[in-house]
Amino acid sequence: MIVLENLSKSYRVDGRDIPALKRIDLQIAAGEIFGVIGHSGAGKSTLIRLINLLERPSGGRVLLDDVDLTQLSSDALRKSRQKIGMIFQHFNLLMSKTVAQNVAFPLQVAGELDQAAINARVAELLELVGLADHANKYPAQLSGGQKQRVGIARALANQPKLLLCDEATSALDPQTTASVLQLLLEINQQLKLTIVLITHEMNVIRSICDRVAVIDGGEIVELGPVTNVFLHPKHPTTRRFVYESEHVDESAEADDFAHVPGKIVRLTFKGESTYQSHLSALARQLAVDFSILAGRIERIKTTPCGQLTLALVGSQVDELLSRLTDEGIVVEELRQ
Amino acid sequence: MSTILNDLMSNIDWADIGMASVDTLSMLGGSLLFTLILGLPLGILLFLTGKKQLLEQPVVYGVLSFIVNVLRSVPFVILLIIMIPFTVLLTGTSLGVAGAIPPLVVGATPFFARLVETALREVDRGIIEATQAMGASTRQIVIKALLPEAMPGIMAAITVTAITLVSYAAMSGVIGGGGLGDLAIRFGYQRFQTDVMVVTVVLLLVLVQVLQMVGDRLVQHFSRR
Repeated sequence: MIVLENLSKSYRVDGRDIPALKRIDLQIAAGEIFGVIGHSGAGKSTLIRLINLLERPSGGRVLLDDVDLTQLSSDALRKSRQKIGMIFQHFNLLMSKTVAQNVAFPLQVAGELDQAAINARVAELLELVGLADHANKYPAQLSGGQKQRVGIARALANQPKLLLCDEATSALDPQTTASVLQLLLEINQQLKLTIVLITHEMNVIRSICDRVAVIDGGEIVELGPVTNVFLHPKHPTTRRFVYESEHVDESAEADDFAHVPGKIVRLTFKGESTYQSHLSALARQLAVDFSILAGRIERIKTTPCGQLTLALVGSQVDELLSRLTDEGIVVEELRQ
Repeated sequence: MSTILNDLMSNIDWADIGMASVDTLSMLGGSLLFTLILGLPLGILLFLTGKKQLLEQPVVYGVLSFIVNVLRSVPFVILLIIMIPFTVLLTGTSLGVAGAIPPLVVGATPFFARLVETALREVDRGIIEATQAMGASTRQIVIKALLPEAMPGIMAAITVTAITLVSYAAMSGVIGGGGLGDLAIRFGYQRFQTDVMVVTVVLLLVLVQVLQMVGDRLVQHFSRR
């Protein structure tokens, strides 16, 4: 659906080119929720603005359904943008217009519907985001979560195929964040809408994304399904994000390891194996003792998964590990 | 009581005062109308061609900005005199209400345009970005989003401009512009009729107060924050 090809962007500051993004190659499939995570200044907000060309790339192409947006005339680009919704961290609603008028705005810009059809569509959208009772209020009278719902309704007005979310939940409290994410997930499923979101919160990625790209210093340093990236982070930046969100302290962990004998391993369960009792059954059978040093069980989007860090003592430890591997559990040896 | 008052105001011809008030109001109305017609587009153009704005045009902005600054730095009394030949060309006279309106408009338009530019700059950039992302054209962004969003600021700008025009209109009495200012200069100042001076000043004060009050109401009406 979206293909970013060799995309780069640099800004001219005091006569020098400062690169913000370097040779980004990315493909996003129709219907997926794709997350981009990075620290502030990593280039993620430039990246999302390159998709609808709010920022012009310095090089490379942006293909949306095989159409190269960078080659379009300004009129054609405006037509394309009408089919790309966007929501923002600070909502960017028109303060001088009511909720209904804000949602009607993109429909009036597109100019394809008459007033009666616009009113009907606005009512339908407000129903979808749960704000039917607030149609005649002004944005200043709404809470943050309600404002973002107006933003979502407005972004969906012209029935876009793609929704861009620019830090859409970063200004919201955790509970409101969860409800807005839930709404995004629902519209992704109901409307078969492709969503690209950028965030600095791992929690957002974990809740709703299918795939994630980790961006650092203007480059994509890690890319893959959220479960893989989350459970087996490779790049230091990714590890930092994951450990921060899990409250894992790597140096404290090493300290713990010094106190226990035996082999130390990390087991990763994904999907059904999370619920099975493989570990205790095999440990009993092979007379291996284990102590749990760290562990977590959680859901990544809809996939249950877990990770246990164990210290193993016994003569048949290696046999136990190979049997666990056979059961589809990923084994990483942290200390021999 | 009434005799004391009559003695104090022995020089006052209320019919003259009434006519002068009507003249002042028509100078204000006429010049404000043309100032808005010319100044609003100029202010929008200044905003749009400015740095990092929708139609960034450094040369156009530079030229417009320079002209505005030059006109604003000429003291109004001098502008009144410089403008005389041009005013005659335009209205056939440099006297009375008709003769006062062109210099008033030339004096107030750059001032108002700057205020409009500032009011537009106050609009959150995110709103412009959001409307761009929706595929709105520059024209749609200006008419449907920027102007409504900046309306409280523009209303405040109109109020300030109208009040400035009241004082400019009074000054135009110097070149025979008519109105309360003219009365104050010819009778109050040149013939030492202090009572005329006091009455005209009080009337101007009331006019300014009313304008400010109406303006504040309008600002209030248009802000939804």
